Formats: sequence, C-alpha cells, structure tokens
Amino acid sequence: MHFGPHLLLAALEGLVTSAVLALTALGLSLVFGVMRVVNVAHGEFFMLGAVLAWAISTAISGHPALGFLAALVIAPLIVGAIALVAERLVLRRLNYNPEATIVATIGMLYIIQQLALSFYGPEARPVEPPFSYRILLPWFGYSGYKLSIIAASALLLIATWLVLTRTRIGLIMRATQYDSETAQAFGIPVDRVYGGVFALGAMLAAIAAVLIVPISQAHYLMGQDPLLLSFIVVIIGGLGSLRGTVVAAVLIGLSDGIISMFFSPTLAKIIATLLVAMVLVFRPQGLFGTASR
Amino acid sequence: MADKNGFFDLSKTTLTRRTALKGLAAGAGLAVAPGFVRYSQAQSSAPIKIGFQSHRTGIGAAYGRWYEKTTAAAVKAINAAGGINGRQIEVIIEDDGTDPGRGAEVVGKFATQHKTDIVFGTLFSHVVIGSAPAAGENKMPYFVVSEGHHVASTKLNRYVFQPGITDVKSQIQSMAPWIAANAGKKVTQIFPDFAFGYDHRDYLPPALKAQGAEVIAQIAIPPTESSFTKYFPQIPPETEVIYHVMVGPAVLTFVKELGEFYGSNLPQLFGFMDSLEATDINSPGLEFLDGSHFWEGSPRYAQADDSAAQKAYRAAVGIDDNGAAVGDPKDVSTASHMFGCWETLYVVKKAMEDAGYKGPEDRAKLVEATEALTAFAEGPEHPQGPKTFNGKIHQCFGIQNISKVEGGKLKVVHKTKIEDGLYEPEGDYTTQAL
Repeated sequence: MHFGPHLLLAALEGLVTSAVLALTALGLSLVFGVMRVVNVAHGEFFMLGAVLAWAISTAISGHPALGFLAALVIAPLIVGAIALVAERLVLRRLNYNPEATIVATIGMLYIIQQLALSFYGPEARPVEPPFSYRILLPWFGYSGYKLSIIAASALLLIATWLVLTRTRIGLIMRATQYDSETAQAFGIPVDRVYGGVFALGAMLAAIAAVLIVPISQAHYLMGQDPLLLSFIVVIIGGLGSLRGTVVAAVLIGLSDGIISMFFSPTLAKIIATLLVAMVLVFRPQGLFGTASR
Repeated sequence: MADKNGFFDLSKTTLTRRTALKGLAAGAGLAVAPGFVRYSQAQSSAPIKIGFQSHRTGIGAAYGRWYEKTTAAAVKAINAAGGINGRQIEVIIEDDGTDPGRGAEVVGKFATQHKTDIVFGTLFSHVVIGSAPAAGENKMPYFVVSEGHHVASTKLNRYVFQPGITDVKSQIQSMAPWIAANAGKKVTQIFPDFAFGYDHRDYLPPALKAQGAEVIAQIAIPPTESSFTKYFPQIPPETEVIYHVMVGPAVLTFVKELGEFYGSNLPQLFGFMDSLEATDINSPGLEFLDGSHFWEGSPRYAQADDSAAQKAYRAAVGIDDNGAAVGDPKDVSTASHMFGCWETLYVVKKAMEDAGYKGPEDRAKLVEATEALTAFAEGPEHPQGPKTFNGKIHQCFGIQNISKVEGGKLKVVHKTKIEDGLYEPEGDYTTQAL
C-alpha cells in the first residue's frame, strides 16, 4: 500500500481511538478536577457500560439500531446510578480523602470486575452495530460505523463543554472545582455536586463503551486499557482541563494509530509513556492545566 | 512437677461457653482444612486427589469453564466405572488466573497444602511454562492440556506430560500439505506475540517450504490488542492465504475488521480454532468467515460420520450437535481443546493402574509408567481418535481435522493421519533424574 492511503488509514484508526479516549478520559478528568478523587475504578465503569449494552441490545429484538439506541440511553443511566451508590456508600464515608479513595476505588475495581465475571461470564460477546455500511475507498474498505463514532464523540464533547460553561449546573461544578469550601459557604450543596460529578464521570465512560462495543465486543477485562490510556491523557492534558483532555486524547490517539501502523504498537506505547514522563518533569500541571494554588 | 499457674488443675479451669465455641470452631476448621486426613484406614479407600489448575479468571476463563465441565464429566464416568485401582477420584480446583506466577503458586499449593497425587489441567502456554519448574521442584506429575510445543521441546522437565492433546508443531506439520495444495502458496501469518504464537511463527515456514509454498510475511500482534485494522497494510497484496491464529477476546473484532478492510477481495483464510473457541461462528460480523477453513482438534459440530465413542463423549460432557451447552445454544464450548481433559484423565488412569499407584510416594513410578505408554486406541476413552505417545518427549500424536465454514456450521473436509505429524524428537526427558 502506498504512503498516502496508508497514512489515511492510520489517521482514521487514530481518530476513532481518540474519540473514545476523549470521552473516557473526560470522565476521569472531571472526577479528579472537581472531587480530587483518583478514580481507579473508572475503567470498570467503561466495562459495565459495554456489558450492559450487550444485555440491553440482546433483550430488545427487531432492528439492531433499536437495541443499540436503547443501550446508548439506558446503559449510561444504570452505570451512573451504580456510581452514585458507590459514591454515597464508599467515597463520602471516606470524606474524599485522596489516599483512602485510591485504595477504595481499587477495591471497587475488583468488585465490579468479579461481579461481571460471575454474572456476565468470561466470554467476549458482540453487539451488532446500528448500521453496517462499508465505505469503499480506492485502496481499502472502511467501516462507516467507525466514522460515526468520531462524529458522535465530537457532539458529546461539545455538549459537555456547553453544560460546563453555559449552564447553572456547570457553574456550580466549576465553583466546586475552584474552591469547594467557599462554594459551600455560598450555599452550594457540595456534597450533592460530588455525587453528581462522580455519576457523570462514570456515565461518560459508559457512553464511550457503548459507542465502541459494536466494534470491539463486551468483555469483563476490557476496562484495563482505557483506564491506563485515560490516565496518560489526563496527565498530559492537565487534570481537570476539558480542553487539555481533548487535545491530549487526539494527540495520543493519532500518534498511537500512526506510530503503531508504520512502526510497532509497542513503540507507540513507549512514546506515549515517555511523553507522560516528560510532561511530569517539565510541566507537572499538564499542557493545559493550571498550576495548583 | 511445678504447676504454679494451675494449668493442669482441672478444678481451676472453667470451661466457658466462649472457649467451648472456640474449640469447636478450631476443630471444624481443622476438619475442612486442605490436606486433613479424613480416611483413617490408610490409602486403600481414600480417593485419588487430582489438583486441577484451572483458568477460572483472566483471559482463559472461557476455556477454564469448559475444561472444568469436561473434567467433571470424565471423573464422573471413571468413578462410576470403579475409579482408579478401586479408588474414587477427587478433583480439587484452584484458579490460576491465566497467569504464570499464579500458576506456579497453585502447583506449589497442590503439592504442599492439598497434597494432591498429581496436578492436571491448564491450557495457556505461558502458564504451563511458568508452572513447570514448580512441578519439577515438588516432584509433582503435571499433566497439561495445552497444545503448545513446550512439553515436546523437552525444555521443561521430567514431571510435565501432554498425553491428551497434540502439539502445535505436529499440527502445523500435518496440515501444511493441505494448505499448500488447497488454499494457496503465498501465506501471510498473523499470530499472537507470545509463546503459543511463536510456535506457529517458527514451525509454519519450514513446514510450508517442504510443500513448495512459502510464508511471505509474519505479523505479530500483542495479546492485549483490541483493534487490528492498523496491521492490515502490512499484509502483502500478493498474499493468497491469510493464516491466522488469535487468542483472547478480541478475535471477533479481528475477523470483522479483516472483512471490512478487504470486502469481497478477501484472500483465502486459514485459521486455528483457538481463535474462535467459545464463540458462536454465527456472531454478527463473522459472515466473512463463510467458506474459510479452520484447524479443529476435535470437531465442534457433530459430523455425519461421528463414532459411537464421539457421540457418547458429547452426551457425557453435555454439548449438543452445534457444540454448545445442551439447553443453552449461546454457551458455545471449546470443543477443539477440551476433549484433551477427558483423554488425559484416562491416560492418568491407565498409567496409575500400570504403576500400581498407591499414593504420593509412588509419583516416580507413575512418571515411569506414563513414559512407558506407546499408543491409545480410539474408543470411549479416546473419542477424538487414535493416538501414539512418545515417552521420551512426553507428547502424544494424533489426527487433525480441517473444517470448512459452510452455512453457519463447521464441516470436516480433511482428516490428517498420525504419521503426518510425527517429527524427530528434540531431546529425551527420560535421561533426567527423578
């Protein structure tokens, strides 16, 4: 294959990775930004989204698009509810202590993973894409559904950005992020904001998972890679920065696609991790993060 | 004798309810503790304890579940027929997490805590390779159902056996003539980037070369990869056959993306069933497999010419004509491999009977008796087919099936002969000390 089409394919693959990664990492970034909680169980909420998508789409008969759309709405809601319960039962009781919450979310990771293994099983199960249109390029074919993931992710990111910057809820969230004690003094129910943000973060991961599951199956161990990549993205982009998260996700996704296609996937991972180290050394707050006060 | 504190003065000790409960609990704990000897009349009637190292969790979990089902069925059949040397078999299962480190721990646990007679089970090559030293150190016979070439390579140790399933080198060698004659001469290989994949990487090129065909590209894919389109440009355009061996949950994606990439211009596909074990071949996205060929250890779908033994085996394990669990068509088995558990247990039975096996002190005798075996006839104990056994390399040799995907089923189109898969031994375990 010639260089041009080869690069195009690499870029397309990279963009699909970026799109899913941006949504997942945004959830992680929000939770850390607002609550200062490092949510190690984030990848498991991603996995739950995919597993629920499978359950919902197989429960609904008829055109695959029906099941998929239902999954896209219902799965994130269920995951959000589970996250809310976890937040109320565990994180709040630890007073959001940074060290304690890391350990607690590691525990949640294992609990969710093993519950999925017990009730869903060890198999990878496929979900039918809502439509299967194959775009025929002169050099290769490409899945139309994959392109739609990029569009859907972009829309969701814009929507999240609008919520954060243009709505009252967003204002409350930003105020809590800026200074939770002052926010509380001004009558903001910080406690409820925390619950909501934790649920929202998990829902973003679940949405990303529902989008990706038609091309990569639901499996109970699928949460590990997104977790690692999300951390990489969030560290490079700057914790709590939406813009940084998106830019870093595109950067990591594209470089992963291109480097692993022209060289090797291992090299792509090495470079991503090296980038994290560089960012931590030279710009610890991340590319777009603000220095801690 | 001084008894200043009055420990032995019964009048001073009062048995409170709390101490009584503690004592009871401790006693109960002892009774259920692993290795507690409940059979006072020596070993004559105590069961033979088989430690089953199972992939209950981790990437091998689907295999683990079916290995357990097959093992349970075989043990039930053996016990119903009187057990081994008149003793019943008791299986103790430990999860190895499909992880080499855990695998070695589990073998150690069987040896020191459960005090099992042998260890049996496990599939994934890295777990077997990681666990083998622990089996050797504990002088614990370790019967694996792994299909990798590592046992036959004689790089492990004298306590490791693979008598129930053939190894990759032999499988490749016996199928290469068919691939070269029927699928194509220019082959691109896609394989997982770890031990099992390396067996394919190393043994396919010479096997094909001997048949006048060649491997023109080899693409290694990390076992955790979840997206494959990015590797496809590495497939040379002149490729006639894509030879794919994938393991792990991402295989559906692999096939689907291959279909999207090539459309109707797809080269011939030849795959190892390992790719699709426990996966319904009629899953969405797998339409592209129609007309392609697979290696199968034991056919997943019931075939027209199935032997009575094969039928009885399928009924005992509980799989229907489509290779799925009876009553749950979505629960697809790992038919290509799990028969190895059934057959291995019968080999263990035969070897223990030959050795007059009484207990762990006879483990060396069991090793020698296993090495002395030479052939297993096709029948209820060996439903997959006849096998020969080479005691020097601890490996069995048998027939392979090549199946074609037709109308959503796999139909066996070619069966190899035992001789097709024989090769020169690379070493001799029997020269190692016991």
